[in-house]
Formats: sequence, C-alpha cells, structure tokens
Amino acid sequence: MDIFTAPRWSAYAVGIGIGVLSWLAFLLSNRPLGCSTAFARSAGLLERLFRGRKVDEKPYYQQFAPQIDWEWALVCGVLIGALASSLLSGQFAWLWAPTKWAAEIGTGAPTRWLVALLGGFCAGFGARWAGGCTSGHGISGTLQLAVSSWIAAIGFFVGGIATAMLIYHVILT
Amino acid sequence: MLAVLHANRRLQLLLGFLLGIGFGFLLQKGGVTYYDVIIDQLLLKDFTVVKIMLTAMVTGMIGVHLLVRFGLTQLHPKPGSLGATIPGSLIFGIGFGTLGYCPGTAVAAVGHGALDALFGGVAGMLLGAAAFAALYPKLKPILSKADFGNPTFPQMLHVNPWTVVLPIVAVVVGLLYWIESAGL
Repeated sequence: MDIFTAPRWSAYAVGIGIGVLSWLAFLLSNRPLGCSTAFARSAGLLERLFRGRKVDEKPYYQQFAPQIDWEWALVCGVLIGALASSLLSGQFAWLWAPTKWAAEIGTGAPTRWLVALLGGFCAGFGARWAGGCTSGHGISGTLQLAVSSWIAAIGFFVGGIATAMLIYHVILT
Repeated sequence: MLAVLHANRRLQLLLGFLLGIGFGFLLQKGGVTYYDVIIDQLLLKDFTVVKIMLTAMVTGMIGVHLLVRFGLTQLHPKPGSLGATIPGSLIFGIGFGTLGYCPGTAVAAVGHGALDALFGGVAGMLLGAAAFAALYPKLKPILSKADFGNPTFPQMLHVNPWTVVLPIVAVVVGLLYWIESAGL
C-alpha cells in the first residue's frame, strides 16, 4: 500500500485522522487524548524506584498516582506508531541533533542535548502547571470548547513563538 | 454496553495503546515529529502544525459534540485558574520553543530515532514533571489564584453548544483557506 509508505501525508488528512481518533477516545474510553499526565505518572514511578513507596505520600502524586493507566498506554502507543510509520516510509534514522539545528546552529550533540534538556524541563514543568499540553489542552480541550484550554493554547503559542524568535532572530544573529 | 467497556481496565489499556499507535503514526506522517517543522511553525514560516491542530480541532469538535448529543459520551473540560493556566502555558511555551517538541511529539520523535528528543526532551520533561510534583505544595496558592472552574464557552454563555461550534468551524475553515491561498 503506497499510502503507508509515503513519507508525508497532507496536513488536512492527518488533522482529520487525529479528530477521528478523538471521537474514538471519547466513545470507547470516555476520555480525551492527552500526553503530559503520563509524564507526571512516569516521573512518580521513577522516583519510586529510588525513594520507595514514600513517593506516594507527595500531595501531587496523590492526585496523579504513579501508575500505568490509559494515557500511559497511549503514550507508549505513540512511540510505536511513529516507529512503524517511519520504518514503512524508510525515514527511521538515529539522529544526534535535528537537521535545522545542525545546519543553522552547527554545534554537535552535547549542546543540543543540553538545550533540549532545559527546554524539556520547562515544557514538563509548564504542562503540569497549566494542567495539560498541546494534546490535552491544545487539541482535546479546545475541541470541547473548554475555557481553560483556549487560554492555555494561546499561551503555548505566545510563549513558543516568542522563544523561537528570540533564539533564531536575536541570539543567533 | 459502553459503561461495561469503559470499566474494563485491561481492555482500556489496550484501547489506549491502539489509539496511541494511530496518534503516533499520524503525527509522524504529518511531519510534526520533526524539530525543523515545529520550529518553522513557531518562526511562522511553515504552518503545518497549525493546519493539523485546527483540522483535528474542528473534526473532533463536530464529532464529539454529536456523541454528547446522542448520550454516547460526556465532555471532560479541564479546570483552570488565571494563576495556573496563564503562567503554566507561558512556561510550557518557552520550553516548547526551546525544545522544538511538545510531550506527545517528543515521544513520537524518539520513535523515528531522534536522540535529542530522548536524552534531552523526554528526560527533561520527566525532570520538569518531578520538579513540579516536588514544588506543588508551595505553588498551590498561586495555582488556585482566580480559579474559574471548568466551564466550556457554551456553558459560560448559556447557549446551545452548536451556537458556538458552527461559527468556530466556519471561522477555522476560512482561516485555513486563507493560510493555503497565502501559500503558507
């Protein structure tokens, strides 16, 4: 099937597909699609490896128990789905740093990984602060017309655009 | 029937996993698992991310509101407060613009071999989530500032959901048409 080996699909086809997945999530699981809560649960599971059951007493983990749940399974699926898609299209490749980063910033993997670690830290921290990420608020929340999610989605892009502009148009010039 | 399905924990884990496979597959096919595509969106050079998000939003909006209308599901709007939603989303945005992935796309990027998404992105997000959990008791006063609960716009405006859904669908379709004709 050519369609599965194609490197890229139309953005509209992909968008409709994700929209249909959200119908299925609501119908079959009575849940919105989301990703960042799984990171909180995983962080708790990892902390538990080092500090034992005491971790469960933390007020945040009483709200979001460190356990494998529906969303955690979903995030595992995301990894497998992207792996399958990239293997089918022949795009799978171990890459130390993104192409644009290597071309325009030109530093090797250690700098990129450090910057990515800082960015990831803010994204993980901010997603928990806002109660969701680009999936949970940005797609699932906005489609439910939730007031909190529309505010959050605007904040994600305001912060993201300002930061990317600062890095590429101010710091790098 | 649906209640029985929703209560079956093992089947739900399987369903979550299968829906995730579909989600990850679509994200990769859409190109939004690549740092280059996400950063070019944030630099307003390539509108792939916005096209996918807006199309997913309106498709989902119509279908989910129909499901609710026929009593097949309920909405789960997230609660918010000015103290949680505004600073949280801006901090997330700073991370999003620095990392060039969001939580879902970072995991998907690992799936096609992006090592910066694994050792930088996913690792950083886990640390960020752990740090938030540690600071949560201290942040609570800020998080609860100007709490507005979990209303939806139709609830807030006391109108039928379709009074909001249909104009949004029309505006988004117009906006996408404009983005396409502007060649973005």
